[in-house]
Amino acid sequence: MSLIEVRAPGLLTTVQDLGREGFGTMGVSPSGAADPIALRIGNRLVGNSEGTAGLEMTLLGGTFFFREPAVVALTGSDFAPTLGAGPLESWCSVEIPPGQTLQLGPTRGGARCYLCVRGGIDVKLFLGSASTHLLSGLGGFEGRLLRKGDVLKVGRASESFRTFRRRNLARRALEKLAPRKVLRVTAGPQSDWFSEEAQKKFYAGAYRVTEESNRMGLRLEGTAIPSAAGGEMLSEGVSLGAVQITAGGLPIILFVEQQTTGGYPKIANVISADLSSLGQLRPRDEIRFELVEMETARALLVEQEKLLASKELILE
Amino acid sequence: MESHEQVRRLLWLMELEPITGVRNLHPAYSSILIKFDATNLWHEELEQILRGYLERMEKVALTEPRLVEIPVCYDGEYGPDLKDVAELHEITTAQAIALHSSTEYIVYFLGFAPGFAYLGELPKALVTPRLAMPRRSVPVGSVGIAGSQTGVYPIATPGGWRLLGRTPLKMFQSARAEMSLLSIGDRVRFVPISREQFSKLELQNA
Repeated sequence: MSLIEVRAPGLLTTVQDLGREGFGTMGVSPSGAADPIALRIGNRLVGNSEGTAGLEMTLLGGTFFFREPAVVALTGSDFAPTLGAGPLESWCSVEIPPGQTLQLGPTRGGARCYLCVRGGIDVKLFLGSASTHLLSGLGGFEGRLLRKGDVLKVGRASESFRTFRRRNLARRALEKLAPRKVLRVTAGPQSDWFSEEAQKKFYAGAYRVTEESNRMGLRLEGTAIPSAAGGEMLSEGVSLGAVQITAGGLPIILFVEQQTTGGYPKIANVISADLSSLGQLRPRDEIRFELVEMETARALLVEQEKLLASKELILE
Repeated sequence: MESHEQVRRLLWLMELEPITGVRNLHPAYSSILIKFDATNLWHEELEQILRGYLERMEKVALTEPRLVEIPVCYDGEYGPDLKDVAELHEITTAQAIALHSSTEYIVYFLGFAPGFAYLGELPKALVTPRLAMPRRSVPVGSVGIAGSQTGVYPIATPGGWRLLGRTPLKMFQSARAEMSLLSIGDRVRFVPISREQFSKLELQNA
């Protein structure tokens, strides 16, 4: 069996796949990669199925020692990777000879970088998924962040190691899938609770991602908008990317480790095609919201999925 | 209460006859959030299917709810807000405990965190707003109240509910066949226990 030793964990590194859907009735949120597009592409580059578990690093990457040979791909943001003495390319598959150390540093771009390994990171599944849910300590590697000294098992790969072929992501696709700072949203279920003036403020204003943001939610600061007219609301189900307006008038975007229900009115919801962009937002990043129709949101998602499924995405 | 039964009926139908493309369901007091794959299922299509379910909903016979007893120690540090709550309502702590533990609650839904059940309704004499400043960490098993709701924290998390006591039971355990102790529609009764009983049960459940 192939093993990876964690020599340094980085700031916040967890095992993630595409999450566990279907357990909302138990209060279990899906969790999963914050930038699922990066994870999916990383897996395709190394020859895994898209939803295989990889490592998600946040702002500062880790150092990993490979005892055995491996095929890996780094995707997402550029965390200045090096292998041994030399720099390493991202968005392509790379062969790692045995006894080598892969080192990542602080980000030179967005918030998250993914390390995908051929065969995947092998952990015990919780409700069918390898994703870590940090708040509840469930899933992933012992339900927690990786620490120095952890030893990760690599799963069995379907393809033989000898058939390594370099694969990389088509440049054009990379440009098309680049994370956005103008987030497209559809109207939220309580959008009509907010006055016209409040809505104007929300769409005209620039918001900054605060330091208190995490995988549960992105807390924003900027123009506070007048609170909703409807007053106290009954708790209801909340979706990924929901933009809640808190009592103080500032937005919180619910993220992958979101609570499954909530009682704040939601003015908008980030469209599915832009959810991966949320995973690359860093504290102090400035964002804006742009309102689109549901039909546009759907068309953008269909277009994105078409690109992700296309043969031209991965070049050999 | 009526809307809760409607939620349970629709949920029951949706679980019995799953709709292709639906990925997750989040029931709440009077709503169900339906998460679906928009590349395979159109809004209008889903709406039409759901209208069919709504028409058949009245015929669904819900099963008799289970009654789950949850032992609670209301003593000292286990119930840090008990005294304040009693004072707010001008009753004794013993009366507050009696009120909280003499009511049969309904599990309206699970949400917020794995295994967190929203229970109601609290007796009117106990209805209390949330803490002005939420705690940074609420110990696991804490039994709290907020507005006319009560519930048990399944994990240690920040929280603003007023804490009356603590249970030694594990509300959510991934190694257990029934991971969540409670499910939507269950009935719950809190049973006061002593510190000694708490310690004993805590050991048994460890």
